[in-house]
Amino acid sequence: MRDHQTNDLSANPSADASADASINHEWPLWEVFVRTKAGLDHKHCGSLHAADPQLAIQLARDVYTRRQEGCSVWVVRSDQIVASDPADKAMYFDPAEDKVYRHPTFYKLPPEVDHM
Amino acid sequence: MTASIQIHHDPATQYLLRLGDTCLILGQRLGEWCGHAPVLEEDIALANIALDLVGQARALLTHAGRSGGFDEDQLAFLREERDYLNPTLVELPRGDFAFTVLRNLMVSTWLKLIWAALAESNDAELAAIAGKAIKEARYHQQHSADWLVRLGDGTAESKRRCDIALSALWRYAAELFDDDAVDAAAHATGLGPAWSSLHAQWRAEMAEVLAEATLAAPEDSVFRSTGKRGVHSEHMGRLLAEMQHLQRSFPGGAW
Repeated sequence: MRDHQTNDLSANPSADASADASINHEWPLWEVFVRTKAGLDHKHCGSLHAADPQLAIQLARDVYTRRQEGCSVWVVRSDQIVASDPADKAMYFDPAEDKVYRHPTFYKLPPEVDHM
Repeated sequence: MTASIQIHHDPATQYLLRLGDTCLILGQRLGEWCGHAPVLEEDIALANIALDLVGQARALLTHAGRSGGFDEDQLAFLREERDYLNPTLVELPRGDFAFTVLRNLMVSTWLKLIWAALAESNDAELAAIAGKAIKEARYHQQHSADWLVRLGDGTAESKRRCDIALSALWRYAAELFDDDAVDAAAHATGLGPAWSSLHAQWRAEMAEVLAEATLAAPEDSVFRSTGKRGVHSEHMGRLLAEMQHLQRSFPGGAW
């Protein structure tokens, strides 16, 4: 059994990181999404480090909902998120610019459902 | 410097202050972690828990102070040491993270059970306070239980620190479950449960978490701490000196 240094836990925990290379001393990064109390969709509100999914949810609750920001929390490991390449921005998104026929603006909703 | 206030020691007030002072003093100890926790997110979490407890203390002290004409601030900051009625468990210094987590678990499990019982109190205001506080206590219990499992069933170092924390803290739990005249009066008037009535459930819930954390509670000892009778450990004086100094130096000071 390797004998770990007895550092005070409140001091820098990575000071003896080199002592055992088989342990990952970095917590992975998670992206946090919160649905507001009156909202319909979860919105990205920030990120945090956590050791595992359960801790990530609990820390997200502590850090990102303490001012009553929401009623539901999602966490996703940052390395699971696939993002579009900024270099492709022109190719991906500019063509949609002048295609007015794709927008539902020419249909008049009946008053009974016209609250969207 | 402002002089101390003198409170009445009728059983109902004592019952309320035992609970309110538990929340106040533990909130004070947890506040000492601010800026010193092992990770930023836990710094915020512990501060949140401290604030929840201080909020519960405010409600209880306001309610307890009415009969004597004192407000929450006077009760919080201007009593003599012997008039604080928190069990000794919560005044112990904050220790390391394992110590804090274990103490939080012991206290939050107990508070959750008390709040659940107090929701049925004859005292409407106390029942209302309990209805709100129990949600906070449930979260505090889950937070500290999760951490104790991670630390107990973690590395050799974290387990060692948990064992040290257990051997230091376990004996202070007994005070939470001994009855005296205050409990008898509360039970008779329907103000709240005798504290001993919570023991079995507390033991069961603690045992469940300790088992999952692969930790073993020490044997029960005959040691009894005496904080709830106002007879405190040597740590209480220093805690109060720090907590009271500003209010006594600048009476009525506010942000």
